[in-house]
Amino acid sequence: MSSLRSITLATLTKDIRLEWRSRDAINSMLFFSLLVVVIFSFSFDPNAEESREIAGGLIWVAFLFAAVVALNQTWARELRNQVLDAYRVSPAPANALFLAKALGNFILVSVLEAVMAPLFMIFYNLRALGPAWQLIPVAILGTWALVVNGTFFAAMSLRTRSREIMLPLLLFPISIPAVQSMVEATRIILAGDGSARFWIILLLTYDVVFTTACLALFETILQAE
Amino acid sequence: MKRAFPILAVLTALLLAYAFYEAIWVAPMERTMGDVQRIFYYHVPSAWTAFLLFSVNLVASVIYLIRRSAKADAVALVSAEVGVVFCTVVLVTGPIWARPVWGIWWTWDLRLTLTLVLWLIYVSYLVLRKFSDSSQTPKLAAVLAIFGALDVPLVYFSIWFFRTQHPQPVIGGGGSIDPRMLHVLLINWLAFSCFAFLVCWARYQIEWMQRGVDEAEALESLDGVTR
Repeated sequence: MSSLRSITLATLTKDIRLEWRSRDAINSMLFFSLLVVVIFSFSFDPNAEESREIAGGLIWVAFLFAAVVALNQTWARELRNQVLDAYRVSPAPANALFLAKALGNFILVSVLEAVMAPLFMIFYNLRALGPAWQLIPVAILGTWALVVNGTFFAAMSLRTRSREIMLPLLLFPISIPAVQSMVEATRIILAGDGSARFWIILLLTYDVVFTTACLALFETILQAE
Repeated sequence: MKRAFPILAVLTALLLAYAFYEAIWVAPMERTMGDVQRIFYYHVPSAWTAFLLFSVNLVASVIYLIRRSAKADAVALVSAEVGVVFCTVVLVTGPIWARPVWGIWWTWDLRLTLTLVLWLIYVSYLVLRKFSDSSQTPKLAAVLAIFGALDVPLVYFSIWFFRTQHPQPVIGGGGSIDPRMLHVLLINWLAFSCFAFLVCWARYQIEWMQRGVDEAEALESLDGVTR
């Protein structure tokens, strides 16, 4: 257990340090989601009442697209210089690598959301009518839902041709219930109609089910060569 | 085995013809919907067959991950392919029926959405198999099949929250159906299942031969290198 934690931490700090020095992923994600937000605001010209209804969908779709940008780069770094092969033959547990990558992506996407959400609120004149604090668990659970499967499918699509396009093709169908939960929960909270509890519980279930599945099957995917 | 195939093919053709006759001429006309209701004898059996094939795919994928048997993988591939075809039939016949009866082609109702998501998951499964050409394809595909199966109950609950418009399931759903209609429905289902089995069988043989050919070619080229 302690080796799992220390290896996870070591890989995670390495990835964060690399990202901190280059800032490739975060910059491209930020700019990408900014573009999505701007293009959305040209496509729809909603008043405050309508935008409350659709903002949940817009914001999560923007984050989903931006997350794919980061997820696609997750493993690319490890392919250079055969780092992944070295990892495969080392006695380190495969799940430590997976957890480190998933947590790294989680931090990246969370930073993106923290920057973009206020901007979104300004552009669309949003003000939550429901309990706004509930947006925090929705954001945390929703981000993890996207990132845990995204990291896993990114590792899977490493072995395919044209892997950049493969990731969304695998990730989006599986993510439909998670995306629906995030969008509905956000809409309910922003519009203040009813309770978002069902959707938060569904998101939590999604997270638990797929985190377990990823941890159980990652070894198989990593050793596939 | 070789002789069984044409026999089964003839039987299936006869059964399909009989089921067609029953569905078009024998089954009573539905009082409110009229003749368009007869699409039900194609829509529902296709749906059952597709779901059956997707379950076969899941079981074969799990067996593959445990035993690593190439046969289980071929079964998984074949059942997914044929399942997607039947699922497409469901998604095409549904709107044709819904347009005159509901007045709309499509609605985001529980069963429609679930079927569409299943279709999407299995299409992505086939895309993965198509795009991955290493020897590890079966392993990746089996893992994806398990993820897809885990997703289905979650999709179900996420849509269950909305009111559902689709007619209640005729079997075990509290809906009532004329026994003569049920009879025709079951004959059609039997015919469709036989047809699906036949297609799967043929496809399985082709897949198996293709793998044999690929293997022989690989061995031959290796032989050429060593000489």
